[in-house]
Amino acid sequence: MSTMNQKITEELRQKARQLLESGQVAAFLGYTSGSVPMVMRPFVARNPEDADRLEWNSFCVLNLANYLPALLKSFEPPRRPNEPPPEGPLPKVGVVATGCWSRNMVVQVQENQVQRERLVIVGVSSRGMVDKKKVLRIIENRDVNSVDEQDNTLVVKGPGFEEEINRWDVVRDNCKTCIHPDPVIFDDMIGELHGDRQIPDRFRQVEEVEALSPEDRWKWFTSEIESCIRCYACRNACPLCYCPTCFVDDSRPQWVGKSIEPVDTAIFHILRAYHCAGRCTDCGSCESACPMGIRMRILTKKLQKDVLELYGAEAGMSIQEPLPLTTYKKDDPQDFILTESLKGEKK
Amino acid sequence: MLPKADFQSWLKELSGQFDIFGPKENGKGSVDWQRLEGGELPDLAPGVPKGSIKTFFFPQPETLLEFSARPKQEDAFRLKEPKETDNPRLLVGVRPCDARSVVLNSMPYEQDPYFQRRRQSVVLVGFACSQGCSTCFCTWTGGSPVGTEGLDLMVFVLEEGLYVESVTEKGERLLEGASTQRQPNDSELQAVQKIRQSAPSGLPEAMEPAPRLKEKDLMALYNAPFWQELSDSCINCGTCTFLCPTCYCFDIQDETLKGKGRRIRYWDSCMFPLFTLHASGHNPRGEKVKRVRNRFMHKLKYFPERFGPLSCVGCGRCVRDCPVNIDIRQVMKELLAI
Repeated sequence: MSTMNQKITEELRQKARQLLESGQVAAFLGYTSGSVPMVMRPFVARNPEDADRLEWNSFCVLNLANYLPALLKSFEPPRRPNEPPPEGPLPKVGVVATGCWSRNMVVQVQENQVQRERLVIVGVSSRGMVDKKKVLRIIENRDVNSVDEQDNTLVVKGPGFEEEINRWDVVRDNCKTCIHPDPVIFDDMIGELHGDRQIPDRFRQVEEVEALSPEDRWKWFTSEIESCIRCYACRNACPLCYCPTCFVDDSRPQWVGKSIEPVDTAIFHILRAYHCAGRCTDCGSCESACPMGIRMRILTKKLQKDVLELYGAEAGMSIQEPLPLTTYKKDDPQDFILTESLKGEKK
Repeated sequence: MLPKADFQSWLKELSGQFDIFGPKENGKGSVDWQRLEGGELPDLAPGVPKGSIKTFFFPQPETLLEFSARPKQEDAFRLKEPKETDNPRLLVGVRPCDARSVVLNSMPYEQDPYFQRRRQSVVLVGFACSQGCSTCFCTWTGGSPVGTEGLDLMVFVLEEGLYVESVTEKGERLLEGASTQRQPNDSELQAVQKIRQSAPSGLPEAMEPAPRLKEKDLMALYNAPFWQELSDSCINCGTCTFLCPTCYCFDIQDETLKGKGRRIRYWDSCMFPLFTLHASGHNPRGEKVKRVRNRFMHKLKYFPERFGPLSCVGCGRCVRDCPVNIDIRQVMKELLAI
């Protein structure tokens, strides 16, 4: 086992146990190991003994912020939809957070989905999480019995083979292009802050698609989403998706068809991405959760790039900062709103 | 017995009569059900392809009826039987677990004309498993890696070629068309026997949970404490149900596009918020924990009580692709321990 992971795991257990024992939190949200290699199980520790089940490694790929709104709510006394929350402090929840997860917590605070004072955030600076699909590609989709993570390598074993893989080679695309590995808000920290990273070509994946002609771009998009089964794992793994009824589920009125008709699938993916504009931290949960290997992250990454270029904003960097797309400024760029003819480029 | 090349030319001949489908690399790093052309052989890596064969029995979506959605037309909004029908289909490379799913699904769909019509027309050519995967557990659900339930033909891959055995009359008639086949010799028959008898590597030891689960007190299982922890992890996506060969729940809606309307039956999932939502707005399974519990209780308790076997064939797709590692094998063990 990786010495780094072991150290983080031990500290995490200790901090979670202490928070649960002292009654500071009602639950601690982290990860525990699962029954198959390379998939970790998000886990809610509800008593001090549970804390020993917490674990940390490079396969903690789903963003834990996703669980927070419902988890916090589960500790509130039941009330009617429009009834105000009861007076006095409500139970807190502890949670472990990397850079992007903490940024999503910031967004959730900004959007009134969670209350900062109800979170006890234990920060971990991320070394990048591993893409299981990349590992499987390297070993040609053979069956895997175990994956032993060392500090910089993964030892993958299956029937009749053993392969050592360089960890960084199989780190997820979003993590490889991440410039903020450190948590932006935290109450306690495990290990040290790494500082921002410099990655000059972090939008390369997007630029490759941007460089295509409109026809080829459409071809790229339709082929990328071709295998979508509309399971909504991408949406449900996303901490930004908390609407009580999603537009794809709604049947009164029905906004979009429910089967795998290409036009409906396309609408789902485009609208899902646009709903994330200015809010997405490129945590990669959507792509990691997708059973079909669709790279829907490139869509949200494009919007991330646009919001950065147009408004100079990055999602979730500070609770005090206004949300870029719900704030109006007189000098907001609006070129993209004008049609070609208004710009005088075409008659 | 058919040498590999002859098996291929036989498939090629059959492609005049059938649209042939089989597991094939989909260009996105996984093997899934796709059209095979010109005698192409299916990809037979151990284990099951990404998706199940239910898509051939419960098309996503099934057009039940068609109508014109142009109000000025005389027959506007009058429902008619759909005109288009599929060519007969032949699925080659079906694993015994997937084939068995058709038999299990046939129980609740006994009276369903759409499912039964497809059951008549689709031909299933199975390939016996000589190696299991770490997520396989057919031996826990009443299945077997060499089981023939649901198949029309069963193929054993031998060094000398393919040993093809007919299971149904439909299969036998097709096999008669393979003109270059010869009788297997003794050593070939022994090899087949050996595959049949030897437990394939990588599979858990057989157990029979269905009768034991049937006997358990329903409410004791329903009120088990572990559902909460399970639902703590679940993100309520439809991956498990959509990849599952024995999840068959559907919803029906009318859709219109450019003046053409159709009434479709499409896959629903007990993980989704609209599942069992009543017209009143009430949903008896309104919370995540209730939805998660229903998925397992349906497969492991309600279905066996009604029909006998589990509604699970142990293909392990849900285990393999669940993003949060919810494992039906563990749920089964937890339920058995109650």
